[in-house]
Amino acid sequence: MSDNGINRRRLLVAGALTGAAGAAGAVTLHDGERGADPRTYSGTMPWRGGAADAPPIAEGGTGYTFFNALEQAFLEPALDRLIPPDPAGPSATQANVHIFIDRQLAGPYGRGDHYFLGGPWPKGVAEQGYQSRLSPAQVYRLTIPAIEGHVRGAYNGKLFKDLAVEDQDKVLKSLESGDAKLDSADGKMFFTMFLQNAMEGYFSDPIYGGNKDMGAWKMIGFPGAHYDYREWVGRHNERVPYPPVSIKGRPGWSET
Amino acid sequence: MATRLPSVDAVLVGFGWTGAIMGQQFCDAGLNVVALERGVWRDTPTEFAPTFAQDELRYMWRHHLFQNVADDTLTIRNNTDQQALPMRRLGSFLLGTGVGSGGAHWNGQIWRFLPSDLKAYSHNLERYGKAAVTANDMTVQDYPVSWEELEPHYDTFEKLCGTSGKAGNLNGKIQDGGNPFEGPRSAEYPNPPLAWPASPAMFAEAAKKLGYKPFPHPTGNVSKAYVNPLGMQLGECTYCGFCEKFGCGNYSKASPQTTILPYLMAKKNFTLRTECEVLKVETTSDGKHATGVTYVNSAGEEFFQPADMVILSAYILHNVRLMLLSNIGKPYDPKTGEGVVGKNYAYQTMGSVNVFYKDKIMNPFIGAGALASVIDEFNGDNFDHSGLGFIGGGYIASMTTGGRPIEMIYTPDGTPKWGMEWKKAAAQNYLRSSLISCHGSVMAHRGNYLDLDPTYRDSLGRPMLRMTFDFTDNERKMSAYMVDKAAEVGLAMDGASGIKKNYRKGSWNVVPYQTTHNTGGAITGDNPKTSVVNKYLQSWDVSNLFVMGAGAFPQNAGYNPTGTLAALAYMAADKIKSDYLKNPGPLVQA
Ligand SMILES: Cc1cc2nc3c(=O)[nH]c(=O)nc-3n(C[C@H](O)[C@H](O)[C@H](O)COP(=O)(O)OP(=O)(O)OC[C@H]3O[C@@H](n4cnc5c(N)ncnc54)[C@H](O)[C@@H]3O)c2cc1C
Repeated sequence: MSDNGINRRRLLVAGALTGAAGAAGAVTLHDGERGADPRTYSGTMPWRGGAADAPPIAEGGTGYTFFNALEQAFLEPALDRLIPPDPAGPSATQANVHIFIDRQLAGPYGRGDHYFLGGPWPKGVAEQGYQSRLSPAQVYRLTIPAIEGHVRGAYNGKLFKDLAVEDQDKVLKSLESGDAKLDSADGKMFFTMFLQNAMEGYFSDPIYGGNKDMGAWKMIGFPGAHYDYREWVGRHNERVPYPPVSIKGRPGWSET
Repeated sequence: MATRLPSVDAVLVGFGWTGAIMGQQFCDAGLNVVALERGVWRDTPTEFAPTFAQDELRYMWRHHLFQNVADDTLTIRNNTDQQALPMRRLGSFLLGTGVGSGGAHWNGQIWRFLPSDLKAYSHNLERYGKAAVTANDMTVQDYPVSWEELEPHYDTFEKLCGTSGKAGNLNGKIQDGGNPFEGPRSAEYPNPPLAWPASPAMFAEAAKKLGYKPFPHPTGNVSKAYVNPLGMQLGECTYCGFCEKFGCGNYSKASPQTTILPYLMAKKNFTLRTECEVLKVETTSDGKHATGVTYVNSAGEEFFQPADMVILSAYILHNVRLMLLSNIGKPYDPKTGEGVVGKNYAYQTMGSVNVFYKDKIMNPFIGAGALASVIDEFNGDNFDHSGLGFIGGGYIASMTTGGRPIEMIYTPDGTPKWGMEWKKAAAQNYLRSSLISCHGSVMAHRGNYLDLDPTYRDSLGRPMLRMTFDFTDNERKMSAYMVDKAAEVGLAMDGASGIKKNYRKGSWNVVPYQTTHNTGGAITGDNPKTSVVNKYLQSWDVSNLFVMGAGAFPQNAGYNPTGTLAALAYMAADKIKSDYLKNPGPLVQA
C-alpha cells in the first residue's frame, strides 16, 4: 500500500472514531433494535454528513470494573489454562483477555442485550441451545462461586488459584464435560460461554480491551483490519509481510 | 385506535432484497408505493465504513446488524414430541433487520437452480421411481415454473448485481471453464470471475486431476468497477475477507444499498417508513381481499395503511408468521397433511472438509463472501442416485470467505479446544489450512413445518413463530456422500498433509451457524390444496396479496436461495405490470 493510501486511511480512521463521541454525537445510531425514532423518507437519499456508527471502544485502562476479588482470583489462572503462555504468543492474561471479559460483562453484552431471556424456562435438549434465564453477567456471577465451592470440597478447602495446574485442568475439563456437579449452577453452560469469551478477547480487535499489542494476531499470522489484498490474491504460498493493524491503527502507522 | 393513512397502490412489508426489487419495479411503472421496515435506515458510509467495518466481534459475535432476539425470536424443536423452546440467541441462522437486511450482510453467492431442481418431484419420480420421492415421509413437489420462464429473470438479477463469473452453458453450448451442468443461459455473466487465492486454485487443480470440471463461484462481489442497468456504481472487490456477516465499505458487494436504493429513494412516488413493524394484513370480512396493513412504530403509535396491493417482503419466517397472524390461508397440519401455510419448511444441509498443509501458506484472510472454486458434479440430479438411498445433492466448493480468527481457526482431528496443545495447533494451522464446503439441499418432509407457538410471545405480545425441523436420513446420507467426495479432492490437493471430515450428523442444532437459507412455508404450486401461492407468488386466497422470498420454495435445492427468490420476484413483478394492474384478480385459475 502506498504512503498516500496509509495517510488517507489514517484520516478516515481518526474521523470515524472521534466522530462518534465528538461532532456527530447528536446523531443517534441504532443497531437494529426497536427504539430509534420512526422516520419517513421520500424523494431523496437520506444522508447524514460526518455520521459514523463507530464501534463502542472499551474504556477505563486495565483495572477491573465488573469482577470482584473472588472472581478475579478464579478468572486469571483459569484463563491462562485455556490459553497458556509460550514463546509463540501471549497467554490469555498477557493479552488482557481478563480485561476484555470484564468490559464485556459490564456492558450491553453482559446484560444480555441480544439474548431472549423471557420465560417459561423448561429444560431443553442440547439442540435447542441456550435455555437459561440468566444474562452472561449473571452466569459468571453465579457460577464462579459455585466452582470455588466445588473446588474447596474436592481439594481440601483450596481455591482454584492454589491448585496445581494439572488439577486446574482437571477442574476445567470436568466443567467442559458437565461431570462437575455444581451447587445451583450449570458448569457446562458456563464453560461454553467462558471459552467463547476467552477466544473473543484473545482474537478480537484490541479496541475491546483484549488482544494486547495484537499479540494473538501476530502469533497466527492474521494481518487484522487490512482492507485490500488485491496485490496478494495471485501470490500463492507467500507470507503477506504486513504487520497486523487494528481498527485504531497500529504503532508506527501514523508516523509516516 | 390505529390512525388511518391515505391509501397507496402498493405497500411493501419489509425492505430487504425483495422489498427493494419490488419497490423499484412498481415505482418505475408509476405506482405509488410505501415500504414499511421494522428496522433502521442503513447506508454504506455511515454503517459499513471501511475504517471500522472489519470488526469480527461487533458484527458476527455481538450481532450488530442482525435481528435482536430480545425483541422478537421464534421457538424451535426437532419434532412434535418435543416442546418448542425459544431461540434465545442467534446461531444456526442470522436473521437480518433494517434497510437492506440480509442483503447488506450476505455473502453474495448468486446461483441459479438446476432445471431439474424446479421439477424435483416429477424428475426424480421418473428417473428413480415412487419410493425415491416418498421415502422418509417426503412431501416433495414441483415448482409451477419452468427453467425457460425463469431464465430471463435470473439474468436481470445477475445484471443488477454485476455478478462476476463464467458461463458454462450459453444458449445450449457448453463453455470451457464454466459450470457444464447449469441450465442454458441467455447471456454471459456481466463481469469476469474474481481472481483465486491459493486454496481455490489448488482445489480446482486437484478436481481436474480427478476428472471434475471446476469453475469460479458466481459472485456479487464484483471483480471490476461496474455500472448496473439502474446506473448504480459498484467498485472492484479488494478481497478484504470481511464480507459474509458484514456490510461492505467498498461498494463492492451487491446489496440493496449498492444496486437499488440510491435510484429508488430519489423517486417521488416512493416512501419508506423505518422503525415500523407490521402487525397484521387486514382483509375484508369474507377474508378474500386485503385492505392494507396495520403497523406500530417505535414510538408506540398504531397506523392502518390502506393499499390496493400488499406485498409481503419480510423474509420467509416473518412472511409465514404474518400470514398465520392474519388468518390468511389454511394452516398446515402435519398429522393430517392438510392445510398449506407453514408446510414444507426446509433448510440447507451443510458439511465440510478441512485440509491441512505442513508447509504451504494459504493466507485464508484473503477472501470475499463468494470467492471459491466449485464442482457441481454432485448437485441436484447431476449424478446417478441409483442405490444411494437419497435424492438431492449440493455443490462442493473451496470457499475462501476470509480468515476471521474467532470463527475460523481450523485444527486437525483430536485437537483439544483449549490449552497448550490447542494453542500450538492454532498457531501452526491458521495459515496452513483451508475449507471445502459441501452445500446441500434439504427435501420437504411431512414433519418439518412452521406454525404459531402456543406459549411464547414476542415483545409486542404476538405469538412467536414455531419451527419444527430436523434432518432425515435423506439429508444425512447425502451429506456423508458429498463429504466423502470432497475429502477425495482435498487429499488430492497439492501438499495436503491431512484432512478432517465434518459430516452432517444427528439432529438439527440451533447453536452453530449453518446458513440463513430458511425456505418453504408459503410454497408455490399449481393447486391451492397443496400450495400457498401461484407461480406469480400471488396468494390463492387473497388475490391482492403477494408473498415474496424463499418461502415459495417447495423444497430447498443445493444452492443458495437469493438468485432464485429474486428471479421469482422479477417474474411476479412483470406479470403484475403486464396483466394484474389492468385486470386485478387471480392470475392463475385454481
Ligand atoms: C450471513 C448471511 C449470508 C448470506 N449469504 C447469502 C448468499 O451468499 N447467497 C444467497 O443466495 N443468500 C444469502 N443469504 C440469504 C439472503 O440474505 C436472503 O435470501 C435474502 O436477504 C432474502 O430476501 P428477503 O427480501 O426475502 O428478506 P430480507 O432481505 O431479510 O428482508 C426482510 C426485511 O423485512 C423486515 N421485516 C420483517 N418483519 C417485518 C415486519 N413485521 N414489519 C416490517 N418489516 C419487517 C426485516 O427487518 C428485513 O429488513 C445470506 C444471509 C445471511 C444472514
